[in-house]
Amino acid sequence: MDFNALFGDLGGHTLDGLTKGSVYALVALGYTMVYGVLRLINFAHSEVFMVGTWTVLGVYTVLGADEASGMGMVIFATLAALVAAVVASASVALAVERIAYKPLRKKNAPPLIFLITAIGCSLVLVEIFGHVLRFFFGPPFGRAPVNVPSPIQTVVLLDVGGVRITNVQVFIVVGAILMMVALDQFVNRSRLGRGVRAVAQDADTAALMGVNQDRVIMLVFVLGGAMAGVAALLYTIAFDLTKFDIGFIIGIKAFTAAVLGGIGNLRGALVGGLLLGIVEVYASTVFNSSWADVTAFIVLVLVLMFKPTGLLGESLGKARA
Amino acid sequence: MSEQTMETGAHKADSSGDAILVVDNVTLRFGGVVALDEVAFEIRRGEILGLIGPNGAGKTTCFNVMTGVYTPTSGEILFDGDRVSGVKPHKINAMGIARTFQNIRLFPEMTAMENVMVGADARHKTSVMGTLFRLYRVKPKEHELPDNPLKRSLAKTFGISRHALEERAGRQKSMEMLRFVGIADRAHELARNLPYGYQRRLEIARALATEPKLLCLDEPAAGFNPAEKADLMNLIRRIRDKGQTVLLIEHDMKLVMGVTDRLVVLEFGQKIAEGLPEEVARNPKVIAAYLGEPDDAAQA
Amino acid sequence: MSDSDGDNDYNYTTEGPSVAGDRKAGFMGLPSLGIADRFAALPLWGKVPIVLALVSFAFYLPYLTILPFALVRTDLTSGGSDWAGVLFLVVIYMIVAIGLNVVIGLAGLLDLGYIGFYALGAYTVAIFGSPSSPVTKLIADKFGLSEGWAVPFALCIPLALAVALISGVALGAPTLRLRGDYLAIVTLGFGEIIRILSRNVDAVTNGPAGIIGVPRPPEPSDNYFSSIESAHWYWLALAVLILLMFMTRRLEDSRVGRGWLAIREDEDAAAVMGVDAFKFKLWAFAIGAALGAMAGLLFASKQAYVEPTGFALNLSFLFVAMVVIGGSGNMVGVMLGAFLITYLPERFRGFDDWRPFAFGVAMVLVMVLRPQGLVPSRRRAREFEDRKHEAEEAAADV
Repeated sequence: MDFNALFGDLGGHTLDGLTKGSVYALVALGYTMVYGVLRLINFAHSEVFMVGTWTVLGVYTVLGADEASGMGMVIFATLAALVAAVVASASVALAVERIAYKPLRKKNAPPLIFLITAIGCSLVLVEIFGHVLRFFFGPPFGRAPVNVPSPIQTVVLLDVGGVRITNVQVFIVVGAILMMVALDQFVNRSRLGRGVRAVAQDADTAALMGVNQDRVIMLVFVLGGAMAGVAALLYTIAFDLTKFDIGFIIGIKAFTAAVLGGIGNLRGALVGGLLLGIVEVYASTVFNSSWADVTAFIVLVLVLMFKPTGLLGESLGKARA
Repeated sequence: MSEQTMETGAHKADSSGDAILVVDNVTLRFGGVVALDEVAFEIRRGEILGLIGPNGAGKTTCFNVMTGVYTPTSGEILFDGDRVSGVKPHKINAMGIARTFQNIRLFPEMTAMENVMVGADARHKTSVMGTLFRLYRVKPKEHELPDNPLKRSLAKTFGISRHALEERAGRQKSMEMLRFVGIADRAHELARNLPYGYQRRLEIARALATEPKLLCLDEPAAGFNPAEKADLMNLIRRIRDKGQTVLLIEHDMKLVMGVTDRLVVLEFGQKIAEGLPEEVARNPKVIAAYLGEPDDAAQA
Repeated sequence: MSDSDGDNDYNYTTEGPSVAGDRKAGFMGLPSLGIADRFAALPLWGKVPIVLALVSFAFYLPYLTILPFALVRTDLTSGGSDWAGVLFLVVIYMIVAIGLNVVIGLAGLLDLGYIGFYALGAYTVAIFGSPSSPVTKLIADKFGLSEGWAVPFALCIPLALAVALISGVALGAPTLRLRGDYLAIVTLGFGEIIRILSRNVDAVTNGPAGIIGVPRPPEPSDNYFSSIESAHWYWLALAVLILLMFMTRRLEDSRVGRGWLAIREDEDAAAVMGVDAFKFKLWAFAIGAALGAMAGLLFASKQAYVEPTGFALNLSFLFVAMVVIGGSGNMVGVMLGAFLITYLPERFRGFDDWRPFAFGVAMVLVMVLRPQGLVPSRRRAREFEDRKHEAEEAAADV
């Protein structure tokens, strides 16, 4: 146990935690929204994120953007990657919902069936990148990790009493929080968002009131997918890599974050994600990196024991104690 | 209370019988809303008590307090002298209170028979180890011995496992209950496939199988036609005649008039009347409460 | 407690769409053969020979050479898997499946960390039974025992079961009060924690290097249970499986089994009917844990070696898939699921890299086309005659 390492650079570790947590939070949104509306753990969501990271790589490769690119190219490539990742992730999320979940909903299948289907979808997506695409196109597809060189150069922006804040960290945390605020406003203010909340509260009544449930469900998957796409871009900027099964661990972490904050609760996803990121970074500093996951889960269990509905409670529609 | 003995087969308007359940000045608040306000009454052993009131009067809330779902903000519920509040639902069942649900809640993927056996199991003790190893042997009584001569001599020598005895007793009791409520002909169908009327009766059979001293029925006639209602009232009387106490929640006045011994009327969480059905029916407050809800009256 | 009203809108009055749906429909829409019903209707003297024949056939399987049946062997092509070894693995996973079925299929608790119990079983026998484990060495040092001292295999079994039961209760006690979906994530965390511990607590588990010299069961002759004698291992595992099936069946047909089903169907209603839901859920968890540990123990003992990578979390998902694809709640169904998921990839090794992909596609297809599983639960069929009799009697009465 090395508390000195932690307190020696508490600010820096906190910042690292926030960076990591921002990605978790964005991915967690997808779990939380789908859960809020369908009471379904969409385990395939982790792969939606994974597809996003590969899309980013694709855009960089096509545009030839790398560390050496000029400022204009960097901005253009990043924006292009963002748009492409959002579109790709949202499409995959929507495709999973249409192909796999919709038929099950029609049959009124119990939750367990959805879960297994989700795991199946997850496996299919993972294998598409891990094997099928390699079979047709060769590398970089396959089971090896792939470098995703972000064109954005890491620059130290500020040095506050030894805590060095980089442009990448600022970009990620601010970007994630902006996306969250935008989504929160959308769900709380817009007409479509009202539909989402209505279905989350009481699907049958919402249907009676003329809310098109099917459209709301599609919307939720698209929004969740888009957020995962943003997360994918931010992740590659921070960690410069992807892998066919990269979604698995991040997905589990993001889902943990969603439960920690209160599943179904958008702001809960933010709180849960950031908290989880910080706890993990602290734990890996104090113990070592392999204990980060253990600590994260122990925190989750403790929180659930004392607050069974998560830190902020469950509520996409509000009030479902 | 105790010196008064219950006449067997005591019928209408018998004010004798000690209290089996006492609702002692119960108040229940949800946030700022007062759901029950100083409600006090008692259920007497062997009677059919009707708890009535217009929709939203607090009947089901009162019922939920009595069966331990909610803990009252102040006041107490005493069943046979023991506090009910705060006791876990399965323990309340063990105390001798059983209930049905307004919106039927059976175990849909189990057969009618199995549903009732879950109720009967409440009085049994065999758990995991007893089932797995069957080492707890009981010396069987003569009528419990199997017919097969080999098994018979084995049973005589080694006894019968408590598991086996309980299974058999449970099966017999369950079938008896299904017959009692009149749905034994479809005992082996899944509960979800039974017609509505059968499901209502099945809930009663399941509750009866737990051998309750007090059976609480939450609007058991909801959705019934007049003929079915008459059958049901008949069934409730037969339950009482077996010596069990019945609490009947209903908003349909006419229905309860014919079957209950006494009535308690709630409106807006307060008790507005209590007494014999005829008295209550003449009570101006009750009439006003019900006239305020013409839909209900018409429905009845 | 509070939210179940919303979750229980079963449509009682009409024949609404449902997965458990029409039980008369057979496999893939073909009319049902009603095998379970027919079997249950047989008198005892009819059942015993059938069961004996099936069991003998199962024991004979490693030597199956009669065409066309021998085509099922996995070692027909060069580089194919050892047939008896595959059979052994199938049986191990069948034990896992019936254990997990108690948790998921009967009690309705979604356990995504079942691999944790499997790993506990494997590691317990390795840690206490192997002379080269850090723990046995430490004990031997401390008490001056001879070099190579270790807990005998026979004692490792109750030890592993006890460890599993205790950890099942320890995990269940704080978490079983949580809602179902939370249980899923917490159990998932448990599975991962066990794996991380096995990798990191070097002083107990020897870390990533793993532990060699896991003890073997008592042998009738030298090297009877060496790792390459897969057929012998298969027989042993099969015998254990049959015993465990018998025990599990006993539970299913009892007050305990009914309690589990009632909890699965409607926990609040079950509690009101006197079912101590928490106690029964804890039991389901503990029994599931014990069965998982038993499977892990046999597996580790045959491998003679345990190491952390053998217990990755995705194996947990595979376990759940076995239960659900086969038909959650039905012991025969989940065993079929275990068989298919273990056997098919081994049989079609030629397509090596395509296997996980094909498996994923199959999983989605099976679930979308036949969500009730391949062999849906037909519990009721077993008491067929008994009940028919009762029903007739009752009908006569009414």
